[in-house]
Amino acid sequence: MENFTPVSASIGGALIGLSAVLLMALNGRIAGISGVFSGTLFAESGDRIWRGLFIIGLMAGPLVVMTLTGHTPAFEITSNVPLILVGGLLVGFGTRLGSGCTSGHGVCGLSRLSPRSMVSVALFMAAGMATVAIANMLIGG
Amino acid sequence: MGKNISALIAGLIFGIGLTVSQMVNPEKVRAFLDVFGNWDPSLAFVMGAALLVTAIGYRLVWARSSPVFATKFQVPGNRTVDARLAIGAILFGAGWGLVGLCPGPALAAIIIGGSPAFMFLGAMIAGILVFELSPLNGRKAAPAR
Repeated sequence: MENFTPVSASIGGALIGLSAVLLMALNGRIAGISGVFSGTLFAESGDRIWRGLFIIGLMAGPLVVMTLTGHTPAFEITSNVPLILVGGLLVGFGTRLGSGCTSGHGVCGLSRLSPRSMVSVALFMAAGMATVAIANMLIGG
Repeated sequence: MGKNISALIAGLIFGIGLTVSQMVNPEKVRAFLDVFGNWDPSLAFVMGAALLVTAIGYRLVWARSSPVFATKFQVPGNRTVDARLAIGAILFGAGWGLVGLCPGPALAAIIIGGSPAFMFLGAMIAGILVFELSPLNGRKAAPAR
């Protein structure tokens, strides 16, 4: 239980929730990142610009935190290159096939008690936990 | 215009939330998923706080007749659990566990994560393209010209 950070986690989570509520209140849209991002290319043409701007804002988030705090946010990755590439492919393909990710199903879907989102979250959490357990077993982590 | 500015601001708040909560740190995420090892439950608080705000906020918002910059609320009406949903979630979860990045953090980390973040995002986009350009996407094929 080292590095337990419930306060910053809760503040960050509340901001994510605030973003989801704002996007619904102002634009009537679900803040599901995999869907918003994919739609920057594949949505109908009049439906792309707001998506691109949402993604630009999202990418600027760490810059704002860096500017305000003077610290670069931690980014530690232990996976080697083949695992990074396989992981990225699975995340991209899986979130589109399953119609959502941690934000669309996890935050937006669960908060409105969608049965599809409940199943999705249970499965991707279980798959993530199983993958980490197996990976640690194989490398003796 | 309003629709675009509101999306930019909502995206920025989302990105700040991902950064403050450390969802952008792959090892932090993998430590949360490591329930059988050295478990760090912090990210459960990210999900808990986000859900609390969204569940209350959505209900307040839906009490209004329409969004500010659009004519209607667009909420998925599909409630049928099918194989695509299940298989997609399992593939996504496996990739998430392998690296520790899901789509939002994969985008937000691009400025702080160096070449591993670029490689992951590139592979993620390739995965999206494989789906969108395949018959699985559910759209009708473009008419032949």
